[in-house]
Amino acid sequence: MATSTEEGQQHPLSIYIWIWILLFVFSTASYFVDYFQFQGYLRWNLILIFMMLKAGFIVAIFMHMAWERLALITAILLPPLALLVLVGMMSIEGDYTYLARAEFFGVEEAPVVEHHGGH
Amino acid sequence: MAQSSGEVAATQDAVTDLVTDWSAEKEVFRVHWGKAMMWIFLLSDTFIFTSFLVSYMKVRISSTVPWPNSSEIFALSFGGAPIPLILIAIMTFVLITSSGTMALAVNYGYRRDRTKTAIFLLITAAFGLLFVGMQAFEWTKLIVDEGVRPWGNPFGAAQFGASFFMITGFHGGHVSGGVIYLIYVAVGVLNGRYEKKGYDIVEIAGLYWHFVDLVWVFIFAFFYLW
Repeated sequence: MATSTEEGQQHPLSIYIWIWILLFVFSTASYFVDYFQFQGYLRWNLILIFMMLKAGFIVAIFMHMAWERLALITAILLPPLALLVLVGMMSIEGDYTYLARAEFFGVEEAPVVEHHGGH
Repeated sequence: MAQSSGEVAATQDAVTDLVTDWSAEKEVFRVHWGKAMMWIFLLSDTFIFTSFLVSYMKVRISSTVPWPNSSEIFALSFGGAPIPLILIAIMTFVLITSSGTMALAVNYGYRRDRTKTAIFLLITAAFGLLFVGMQAFEWTKLIVDEGVRPWGNPFGAAQFGASFFMITGFHGGHVSGGVIYLIYVAVGVLNGRYEKKGYDIVEIAGLYWHFVDLVWVFIFAFFYLW
């Protein structure tokens, strides 16, 4: 920890190259999730795992968060947790809207093929 | 054993630092002021992009019309059978590569190697331009050939277009702004503008650029792959 100094962040080049390679591997892996058409919970879990791994490495290494002092880490990384509350509320609200629409307008089965002129 | 107790001590030190940083009655973040301000800007940007992604999630959950299949819509054919999502995969690799060259620019900046810093900054900007170019191609294809509009499209749920243009448009705007920012910093590095001030500005510009890559990670996962 705590190697952030007056001279700024200095780290060996090799660590950046390694993270770079890892990001390529994770991106390829998440692309194959779609290419091989994994479906359901397997698909969603794999997408989320590769996403969190990529995001974590970018923030920790490329953006140097792993070497910053705890005061900066907590000030930047804790507030976004509030967004999870928004995600939770909006998914409940989305389900409610869906059920209300299904109740009053019905559910469309097949994709519409003709052009929409506008709504 | 010795290592794990060392880690515990390091964690305790970090927590002690946290308390003293906030209670020392002087500046809290012991980094370049520009870096602290860039982080706080990026924090606010996180809230903006999350709001876009959450609104996309909400309209997608609540739509009773099936959501368009992004795997097919963003497929591209190079003479043979269409390869699903290939353009987006290439765009992802372009942006990751630009993040790598940006990290190298930051590193050479702190070593005060001005030529290499400027070259890597310009390479990063070039990858950014390539990304925006591919995005322009993608938008043109969707608007002109497929007839996707913010209010409707031939594939399914009408909200697809609004979400797509809003999210990728805002992200593309960030990339375009970043390209200009990087070129400005690269010219400054070549001219020796930062010889006295120090090369923190390269790291600060790098934070912005990595953030743009970071946002793309979430867009790729939630909009294109989900």
